[in-house]
Amino acid sequence: MIRRPPPFAAAIGRHLPFAAVAAVALVAAPLLLEPFRLGLLAKYLCYAIVALGIGLAWGQGGMLALGQGVFFGLGGYSMAMYLKLTEAGPGGLPDFMVWSGVAELPALWTPFASPVFAVGMAVAGPVALAVVLGTLVFRQRVRGAYFAILTQALAAAMVILLVGQQGLSGGTNGMTNFFELFGQDLAEDSTQRGLYLVVAGVLGVLYLATRQLVRSRYGRLLVAVRDGEDRVRFLGYDPALVKTVTFAVSAGMAGLAGALFVPVVGIISPALLGVVPSLELVVAVAVGGRHVLAGAVLGAVVMGYAKTAFSEQFADGWLYLQGALFILVMTLAPKGIAGIAQSVVGRLRRARTT
Amino acid sequence: MPAFLNQLPIGLSIGAVLLLIALGLTFTFGQMGVINMAHGEFIMAGAYTAFLLQDVVLALPAAFLVAGVMGLILERAAIRHFYGRPLDTLLLTWGVSLVLQQLARDLFGAPNVQVPAPSWLAGGVGILPYNRLFIMALAVAGVVAVWAYLTRTGLGRRTQAVVQNRRLAATSGIDTGRVDMLTFFIGSGLAGVAGVALTLIGPVGPALGTYYIVDAFLVVVAGGLGQLRGAVLAAVGLGLLNSYAEFWSDASLAKVIVFAVVIAFLQVRPQGMFVLRSRALT
Repeated sequence: MIRRPPPFAAAIGRHLPFAAVAAVALVAAPLLLEPFRLGLLAKYLCYAIVALGIGLAWGQGGMLALGQGVFFGLGGYSMAMYLKLTEAGPGGLPDFMVWSGVAELPALWTPFASPVFAVGMAVAGPVALAVVLGTLVFRQRVRGAYFAILTQALAAAMVILLVGQQGLSGGTNGMTNFFELFGQDLAEDSTQRGLYLVVAGVLGVLYLATRQLVRSRYGRLLVAVRDGEDRVRFLGYDPALVKTVTFAVSAGMAGLAGALFVPVVGIISPALLGVVPSLELVVAVAVGGRHVLAGAVLGAVVMGYAKTAFSEQFADGWLYLQGALFILVMTLAPKGIAGIAQSVVGRLRRARTT
Repeated sequence: MPAFLNQLPIGLSIGAVLLLIALGLTFTFGQMGVINMAHGEFIMAGAYTAFLLQDVVLALPAAFLVAGVMGLILERAAIRHFYGRPLDTLLLTWGVSLVLQQLARDLFGAPNVQVPAPSWLAGGVGILPYNRLFIMALAVAGVVAVWAYLTRTGLGRRTQAVVQNRRLAATSGIDTGRVDMLTFFIGSGLAGVAGVALTLIGPVGPALGTYYIVDAFLVVVAGGLGQLRGAVLAAVGLGLLNSYAEFWSDASLAKVIVFAVVIAFLQVRPQGMFVLRSRALT
């Protein structure tokens, strides 16, 4: 007979893993890591926020979004525009506009002088784009691989647009040289530590919220749409609505991650949000385990570390390794690290009960 | 006005290249449900074949073979284990594509290389340069060959049967595995030919395929899966749209316009121009 633990203990037990990880991330990491490493971790956690959104859209909803970099970029550029305007030189023009011969501030830029507008747009912009695109695409029952291809085309178009609009976006180089955020010196270790805590906190809150979302009735409907969209439609639900909302949520997360990324890393450029970086994050989610939200987060952090570690050693080898890793994961362990962990735990449990 | 007309051969030849690339994609996608991201690297392989041979005409059959065999190996070694899981094949083949690009970088170096254009392709008639005409002719030949193969040969008819209904085709005694292999070989080979065509209008680099693969996938989406006519119309349409969007706005907005037009088009025909009628729901 299996002895059931009392409900309170069960609740604690369920939240124990999250609490442990949160304690390590919020207390141990800032104390133990040197500033440079802490900055790297903050960067990976920004990517983990995007990965969480991919885990929701792809793992739970079956929508393979290959253009999350677009939303990440919209968030990042919104933040960068605000930062550039706070420290603009004479005439209120950011440095790169002076270099590319822009005479006065473009109208598009003006509202981004307000931090509230900039941060708001970092989330609202991606959400709006995702709602428009999702409504147009999902209503017409364009799905699966078609959707993946369209999101990828969007990422490609976005990069070309940003590179071409030199005077508006800083072109290929994007925007860099940020010095202060809300009056805090970005070069200070204390500012960077504070930023790290904000990123980790945002990720934690979003993770809990997304987990709650997945466990709700909406989450079950989402999984049902993934596994049998037509059946869900026959039951009287609107799969297009469910998918659009999910896509918009994941886009909003990516936008927020982009806005956090800019002060942490100090740059935003087209190279950070094109087809390849978008796909790299999807890869990370697959490596971590797409069907579990924690797997997506774990995958983003693990792949981030792996990339840094291997690029430091041998720059060219990383592409081979990444490609090979990817082929191996897809063929041998399509459920990723989380899948392997689950099967090990499951085997241990069975061994204990029998 | 001449500037306006000058865009015409550019658009048509881009369309021709897209068509050669998309022919392979539309059949691997339509027949096997495989999204082959490494298809772009077959284009690159074809282009480097032309670079090694330093002769465009000789390179055409050679590139077809090289790219075709690469496709065959990929299909046998990896993709056939993933049939029916399009999203997984997409990620798997992207891994392959990364490895192939890096391989090209190590073999041929990161900087772009040039293939000398044959002297008989210099010049042109009126607004039509010979090299662009040659590319269009290649695409026409490719389409006619594929059409003849599909409708006039036994193997081709079997291929069509598999595209229309894989299980029924298998039950009727068609060796679907062999048909899949052959389709992959031909499709990849055509990408190699597209690569040779690209050497006539630009330099060759390890990332050559990535510039065209996204547009080629849009051709497949707009044209409809496994549909020859759809691929032809969509490729020419997107090629012209690309070149004229660049002409009327600027190069950076062109891709956004093309994307918007494709999305708008999908509102009218969500499954592409031509749809294979079937009773299947999904």
